Amino acid sequence: MLLNQFLILSAVLFAIGVYGVLARRNGVLVLMSIELILNAVNINLVAFGSYVSSISGEVFALFIITVAAAEVGVGLAILLLLYRNRQSVDLSEADLMKG
Amino acid sequence: MTVLGVLVAQNIAFGVIAAIMVFAALRLVTTRNVVHAALFLVVVLGGVAALFLLMGAEFVGITQILVYIGAVVVLFLFGIMLTRTRIGNEEGTDHPRRLPAVLAAALVATITIYAVVTGFGDAELPADTRTTTAEVADSIFSTYIVPFEAVSVLLLAALIGAIVIARRN
Repeated sequence: MLLNQFLILSAVLFAIGVYGVLARRNGVLVLMSIELILNAVNINLVAFGSYVSSISGEVFALFIITVAAAEVGVGLAILLLLYRNRQSVDLSEADLMKG
Repeated sequence: MTVLGVLVAQNIAFGVIAAIMVFAALRLVTTRNVVHAALFLVVVLGGVAALFLLMGAEFVGITQILVYIGAVVVLFLFGIMLTRTRIGNEEGTDHPRRLPAVLAAALVATITIYAVVTGFGDAELPADTRTTTAEVADSIFSTYIVPFEAVSVLLLAALIGAIVIARRN
């Protein structure tokens, strides 16, 4: 297998995730797009780890999985609080800090 | 099977998985139904796990299924249920003007793909990339013991933080 086929797939998934983060207004959907981006990075890490025959790529992928789980937990808690205060998770309505 | 046969089988598997993943990812960022988006996320995460197994990273693949599909997606479904008054086709899940987002994503894809194609040309993965769980464990508990402990504390902090943020009053 070529290294590039994994890297290109990962780049495509990353770009789709970027589109999701920018185009979505629902907070939960934005968090899902962030998961897409993190997974694209994980594919890269494991592919490079295999390429240089090093275990470090896999270990870092495991760390990223852990951090992503923590991020989703805190992110959804924040969204829950936002929903409780404003009855909406529409991110374009959360503009209190807009100048 | 011969070595060539294995390689062909691997490439066919990669093509099928990659096609499914890209389709599901596109639907994930375009669908108007929030629950469907979570289910498309399951497909993408399962595809990533399959790719990990294809690259011989068995422990990461299994962890991906356990943590992501088992826990994170369930968390997302809870998040959807707790923040939505109505599940189904939604208006206002997307910004009305999406062209800048499309342009930004296309730019990111173009630059990244150009960089990896020029940088790694036709570099091949080694024929046997299998790694055992024991190797991963040895590495985590020797070389990466400090980051491992830091991550454990981070998880605890995230747990407490999420409870403090989300509880009433």
